[in-house]
Amino acid sequence: MPAVSKGDGMRGLAVFISDIRNCKSKEAEIKRINKELANIRSKFKGDKALDGYSKKKYVCKLLFIFLLGHDIDFGHMEAVNLLSSNKYTEKQIGYLFISVLVNSNSELIRLINNAIKNDLSSRNPTFMCLALHCIANVGSREMAEAFAGEIPRILVAGDTMDSVKQSAALCLLRLYKTSPDLVLMGEWTSRVVHLLNDQHMGVVTAAISLITCLSQKNPDEFKTCVSLAVSRLSRIVSSASTDLQDYTYYFVPAPWLSCKLLRLLQCYPPPEDGAVKGRLVECLETILNKAQEPPKSKKVQHSNAKNAILFEAISLIIHYDSEPNLLVRACNQLGQFLQHRETNLRYLALESMCTLASSEFSHEAVKTHIETVINALKTERDVSVRQRAADLLYAMCDRSNAKQIVAEMLSYLETADYSIREEMVLKVAILAEKYAVDYSWYVDTILNLIRIAGDYVSEEVWYRVIQIVINRDDVQGYAAKTVFEALQAPACHENMVKVGGYILGEFGNLIAGDPRSSPLVQFNLLHSKFHLCSVPTRALLLSAYIKFINLFPETKSTIQEVLRSDSQIRNSDVELQQRAVEYLKLSSIASTDVLATVLEEMPPFPERESSILAKLKKKKGPGAVSVNELEEGKREGGELNGGGERGGDSSAIAASNASTPSPSADLLGLRAGPPVTAAAPSAGSLLVDVFSEAGINDDGFLRDLEPTTESSDSLLAEGPGDSDSAPPSVVSEDPTPLPESDELLNKFVCKNNGVLFENQLLQIGIKSEYRQNLGRIYLFYGNKTSVQFVTFTTTVTCPGELQSQLNVQSKPVEPLIEGGAQVQQVINIECLTDFSDAPLLNIKFRYGGALQNLTLKLPVTINKFFQPTEMASHDFFQRWKQLSQPQQEAQKIFKASHAMDTEVLKAKLLGLGMALLENVDPNPENFVCAGVIQSKAQQVGSLLRLEPNAQAQSGEQMYRLTVRSSKDTVSKRLCELLAEQF
Amino acid sequence: MIGGLFIYNHKGEVLISRVYRDDIGRNAVDAFRVNVIHARQQVRSPVTNIARTSFFHVKRSNIWLAAVTKQNVNAAMVFEFLYKMCDVMTAYFGKISEENIKNNFVLIYELLDEILDFGYPQNSETGALKTFITQQGIKGQPQTKEEQSQITSQVTGQIGWRREGIKYRRNELFLDVLESVNLLMSPQGQVLSAHVSGRVMMKSYLSGMPECKFGMNDKIVIDKQGKGGTTDDPGKSGKQSIAIDDCTFHQCVRLSKFDSERSISFIPPDGEYELMRYRTTKDIILPFRVIPLVREVGRTKLEVKVVIKSNFKPSLLAQKIEVRIPTPLNTSGVQVICMKGKAKYKASENAIVWKIKRMAGMKESQISAEIELLPTNDKKKWARPPISMNFEVPFAPSGLKVRYLKVFESKLNYSDHDVIKWVRYIGRSGIYETRC
Repeated sequence: MPAVSKGDGMRGLAVFISDIRNCKSKEAEIKRINKELANIRSKFKGDKALDGYSKKKYVCKLLFIFLLGHDIDFGHMEAVNLLSSNKYTEKQIGYLFISVLVNSNSELIRLINNAIKNDLSSRNPTFMCLALHCIANVGSREMAEAFAGEIPRILVAGDTMDSVKQSAALCLLRLYKTSPDLVLMGEWTSRVVHLLNDQHMGVVTAAISLITCLSQKNPDEFKTCVSLAVSRLSRIVSSASTDLQDYTYYFVPAPWLSCKLLRLLQCYPPPEDGAVKGRLVECLETILNKAQEPPKSKKVQHSNAKNAILFEAISLIIHYDSEPNLLVRACNQLGQFLQHRETNLRYLALESMCTLASSEFSHEAVKTHIETVINALKTERDVSVRQRAADLLYAMCDRSNAKQIVAEMLSYLETADYSIREEMVLKVAILAEKYAVDYSWYVDTILNLIRIAGDYVSEEVWYRVIQIVINRDDVQGYAAKTVFEALQAPACHENMVKVGGYILGEFGNLIAGDPRSSPLVQFNLLHSKFHLCSVPTRALLLSAYIKFINLFPETKSTIQEVLRSDSQIRNSDVELQQRAVEYLKLSSIASTDVLATVLEEMPPFPERESSILAKLKKKKGPGAVSVNELEEGKREGGELNGGGERGGDSSAIAASNASTPSPSADLLGLRAGPPVTAAAPSAGSLLVDVFSEAGINDDGFLRDLEPTTESSDSLLAEGPGDSDSAPPSVVSEDPTPLPESDELLNKFVCKNNGVLFENQLLQIGIKSEYRQNLGRIYLFYGNKTSVQFVTFTTTVTCPGELQSQLNVQSKPVEPLIEGGAQVQQVINIECLTDFSDAPLLNIKFRYGGALQNLTLKLPVTINKFFQPTEMASHDFFQRWKQLSQPQQEAQKIFKASHAMDTEVLKAKLLGLGMALLENVDPNPENFVCAGVIQSKAQQVGSLLRLEPNAQAQSGEQMYRLTVRSSKDTVSKRLCELLAEQF
Repeated sequence: MIGGLFIYNHKGEVLISRVYRDDIGRNAVDAFRVNVIHARQQVRSPVTNIARTSFFHVKRSNIWLAAVTKQNVNAAMVFEFLYKMCDVMTAYFGKISEENIKNNFVLIYELLDEILDFGYPQNSETGALKTFITQQGIKGQPQTKEEQSQITSQVTGQIGWRREGIKYRRNELFLDVLESVNLLMSPQGQVLSAHVSGRVMMKSYLSGMPECKFGMNDKIVIDKQGKGGTTDDPGKSGKQSIAIDDCTFHQCVRLSKFDSERSISFIPPDGEYELMRYRTTKDIILPFRVIPLVREVGRTKLEVKVVIKSNFKPSLLAQKIEVRIPTPLNTSGVQVICMKGKAKYKASENAIVWKIKRMAGMKESQISAEIELLPTNDKKKWARPPISMNFEVPFAPSGLKVRYLKVFESKLNYSDHDVIKWVRYIGRSGIYETRC
C-alpha cells in the first residue's frame, strides 16, 4: 500500500467503516450496508459520469462489504474501468477488486485480460508488476491460457526491469502450479536457467523457486542449472558478509538464496563433472567450517539464518550420500547441536541424524552419540523431541548396541509419554527380534515389554513371540520357565496370561520335572488368573487346559471338574460354553491315542516373509517349512488338499477350506472376533508392515482339533491366515471406488475371505461361503475412527442384466457405528444362471458432518459356484473332445505377472473352486482342472488347461490358458477372470 | 432440570449468571457466548448442544436469556419457564433492556432464587411474588409474624395465585381480546394459509375470593345448547359461533370442569394476567385485501402498483396501517405516488414502506411506484418476496365474542350486577403477506 496523502485518503470510506464498526448488532450492520449499497447503486446508475476518485472510493466500499461476507453482484464494470486509469492508486484498487472478486464471467474476463495485456505491454514497471500480481493472485486456468505464453518472454527479455522479472518469475511459478500443461517452457528453458547468473539477487531468488519447481517435474531439461547453482553458491558462500550489502541478513550473506540453491541441488544426483563437484564440496566444507566460527552477533536471527543454511547443507550431504568425510563432519556438527540450549536445534539435529544413521558411511559416527541420545530420551521436556530421540535410537541400532538400546528403551517405556508408548513398544519388539542373537534374550525382552507396557502391546507382538517360540526348539524350555515365573507375579497383564496360557499349554511338559512347577501347580497358577480375564483370553485358557489333559493325564480329573462347573459349562458366552462342553466330552470319550493325535503340539509356523522381514531375517533358514508339510497334510485332510501338498501361502488354504461345503456353515456367525479386527495399529506404516503377517489367533491354536469336532468344523477352519489373508498391499488408500474395485475384485477370484476395502475411515472385511448355487457373504464394516458414523446405509444392486442372473438379498445393517466398533451384514446370493458382471455395493454414511459415499464391486464371480469334479485321464479327454466347437473354447496367452511357483499355482487353482486333476495331462508341467458351475437354471461343466512356459522368447514367462465349457459365455468369462491371476 | 441461567447483553457480556447445579461449570458461560452469540453463522435453533450440555435461549430485544442443563429435560418446560421469567421481569421493571437489568440485578437474583429451586421451577405468579419480593427495599417496619405466616400459607396453599382478604371499593373487571391474524395469499387472491392466534387478557380488581365464569361463542358450547332446548336457526348459530382449534388456560382455570362441561370457571388472580390463549383457522375475517401488480419493463425498470381494500364494517376504523413492498437488491432509484398516507423508499431495508394512519371499512387505496434497476452480472432472478402488511383493527378477526363473564362471591355482599365490566377487542396483524 503506498503512503496515502491527505488529499487522496478516502474520507467516505473511513466514515463508512467506522459506522460499521460502531454498529451494535448484526441487524444494524446489515441495515447500514443495505443503505450504502443503495447509495452506490444510485451513484453508479446516475447519469453524470463519476470521476476516478469516487469510482475508486465506491469500489473500495464494495470490496469492504464483500470482505464482510456479503454478496456483491455489481461494480465489476467500474473496477475494470479503474484498470485503465493512469493513476497508480486507482489502478491498484481496480486490480485488488478484480483479484478478490473475479468470477469466470465471459465478457468481463475479456475486458480484464485486455487491460492486463495493455499493462503488460506498457513500459511502466509499476503497472507491469500490478498486472503480474493480479495474474498470480487469480491464478485461474483462464488466466494461464491467456498469459502463459507472454510471461516467459517478459521474464527473459533483456530490457525488463529487475523488479518486473522477479514478479514474472513468481507469477509463472504460480501458473505452473495451477495448470502445468499450459506453461510450456521449451525454448525458454536455457534462458530461464541463466537467470541464475543475473546480477540482481532478488531476481535470482525468485527465479530459483521457479527452477526448483520446474526441475522437479522434468529434471533432464534443467540439468544445466546444477553447475550454475554451484558457482552461484560458491560465490555467496565465499563472499564476506559485507559484499552483498542489501542481501546480508544479520551478517549472513543471502541466507534465503543459499537455502534455495541447496534445495535445488537436492533435486539432482551429485554432479559428475569433477571440477563442479570439487567446488560444491568446497562450498559445503566452508559452510561446515562457518558453523564452527564464533557467532558474529548474539541476535537469534543471526544464528537462525546460519543454521538454516547449515541444515540445508547437511540434507544435501545426506542426499548425495557419497562423501564419507562430509557425512562424518555433518554428523559431528549435529552431535554438537544435540546438546545445544535451543530445543528446536536439538529437534532438528535428532531428525537429521535419523537419516544420517541409515547411511553406511556415517552410521558408525552416529553411534558415538548414543549416550547423548539416550540422555535426551530421558531428560527432554518436549515430547516431540523425545519422540525424535526414540526414532534415532531405533535408526542407529545394530547388532553391537542392540542390547543396550533395547534395555534403555525398555526402561524408558515405564515413564514414557502415553502418546508414544505404542510406537515404542513396536520398536522394541522389532529391534529385539531383528538383532536377537540369543533367543532367550528375545523372550526375556518381550515378556518384560508385556510386563511394563501391557496395554500398549498389540496382538501382533505376542503372536510373534509365540510364533518364534514354537518355531525354535532350543528356546521352548526356557520360555516355559520364564513365563511360569512371570505369571507368579500377583498382578500380571492379560497379554502375559495369553502368552503364558499358550506356551504352558504347548510346552508345560518341559518344566514339569521340577516339583516347583509340577503340572498341578502350573494349572492352578493359570486358573488363578482365569477369572480376571476377558472372554477371548478365557477361551484360550480353556484350550490350554485341554492341552494339559493330554500333556499330564494326572490333571485330568481336576480339569474336568473345572470344565464341568456351572461357570464354564453354563457360561452365558456361547463360545466359552461350547468350548467347555466339547472339551469335556473330548476328554471323557476319546482314548489317549486319539487325544494325543488331536492335541498334538502345534506345528511350526511357516515363515512368510514380509517385504521388510525378508531382508531382516536372512539367517533363519527355510527349514521350518519343510518340516511343516507332512504334518499339515495329515491334519488338513480335506479332499481339496488331498495331495498332501500345501501352498506357500497359507491364506490360500484358508480360502479353500472355507469354500468347502461344510455341514454347519451357520456356525461362522459364532465367531466372537471377526477377522478384520487385526487391522493395523496407529503407529507408522513401516512398523505395521512387519507384523501384518503375524496372525496366530487362538483358533489357529486349535486347528488340530478339527477332524473330531464336527460341529464346529467351519468355526475352527479359519487358519491363522484369515486375519491377514489380504496383505496391506491390497489395501488402497484412495477413496475413489470404482476404478480400482475391478482390481479388488480380481484379488478375490481365488479366495473368499480378506479385507475388501480400506481407507482412513472404514475397513470392510469380507467372508464368504458358497454351496451349490447358493452363497452367503458376511461383510464386516469396521469404523477406524473414534467418531461414530451415523445414517450408515448399504445397498447392493445388480446393474443391467445381472438382475436376472443373480438373486441378491441383503439384510439391513445398523445405521449407527460407534467409533472403533464393527457391524456385520449378511448378504445371500443365489445364482440363477451364468453371469459376467459383479453386483455393486454402495455405502453411504456421515462422518462428522460430511457425507461419505463409496461404491465397490462385491467379489462375486462365476467361479464361486464351481463344484469340483474328479475324473480320470480318459474321461477328461473324452469330455474335452466333446466340447470342441469353436465357441465353446476360450483361449488366452499372457505374460506371467507373478513368479511361476508350482505350489502357488496349485493353490490358486484350488481356490478357484475346480478340482485339480493329477496325472491327466501328459506334460507334468501343465495343470488341468474340471468343475461344474451350479446355477439354478442349469449346470455348466467346464474344463480348464493351463500351460506355463517358463522359457518363452526373451526370457519372459508366458502362460497359455484354455477353457472349454458347454456355454460360450462361461468359457469367455472364466478365461478373463483367470488371466489376471497368474 | 435447569442447571443454570445466564443473561447476556448483545455483545455477549454476562449480566446475570446463576448456577443451580454443580454439573454446570464456569466455562458453560463462555461456551454459549462463543458458539451462539458470536457464532459466525447466525444460530437459529433455540436449543444448542455444546459438549453434552444443552443451552435453551430466548432473545428479548438485545438481551439473551439462556437456560443451561446437562440433563435430558423437557424443552417445552424450560421455554415456558423462560417466557414466564420474561413476564415476571417485565411486571417488575418494565421493558427488558440492558439498562433495566443492570439497575435491578439484586432484584433479579432475588427472583431467581425464588422461582427456581435446585433447578426446579417454582411459583412464578407475579401477583404472588410481589407480596414478598418488593422493589422498595425494606419498609419502615418488618412484616409482622402474621403477615409472614399469611404469605407462607398462601404461597404453599391450594390457591397460590391469590391471597385472601383483598378489598376494593369498586369491583371492576377489564377483558381484552387480543388477536393476531396471519395470512399468506397468492397473487391471484387465493388464501394459501391463514390462522388467528388470540389471547384473552384480564385485569381484575375484585374483592374477596370471587368465583368467575367466562363464556364465549365456542362452537361446541353453542351447538350443545342449540341441541338442548332452544330451536335456534342452525345456520345462524353456526355463523355466530367459532371453532377453536386449540387453547391453553391460566393455571387458575379448573380444567376438569372445562373437560367435562367445557365451561371456563376460575378464581382470578388479582391484577393483570392472561386468562387463555387460543388458535383458530376456520372462517377468519381478513381485514385487508392486498392486490399487487408488478411489471418488469426491460432489464432496468420495474413498475409496481398495489391496491389495498379494507373489508370490514364501514363504521369501524383500522389504525397504524403499514404496507411493506420489497424492492429488488439492485434498485438504484425509486419514484412513488400514493393517494393516501405517506410512502418512502427505505434503502436500508430494501423496501418501500407505505404508512396510513387511519382507514375506515369498505374503502380502497392505492400506491404506484417506479423502480429503476442497475444491471448486474448475476443472472439470478429476483426472488420476489411477498408484500407484507401491519395494521390494527377494533374487532376480533376470528369472530370470537365474549358472551358473558359472571362473578359470584358468596361471602361478600356484592353480586354479578355490581361488578363493572369492560370488554375490548383488538385485532393486529401477525405475518400478513401477499405474494406478488
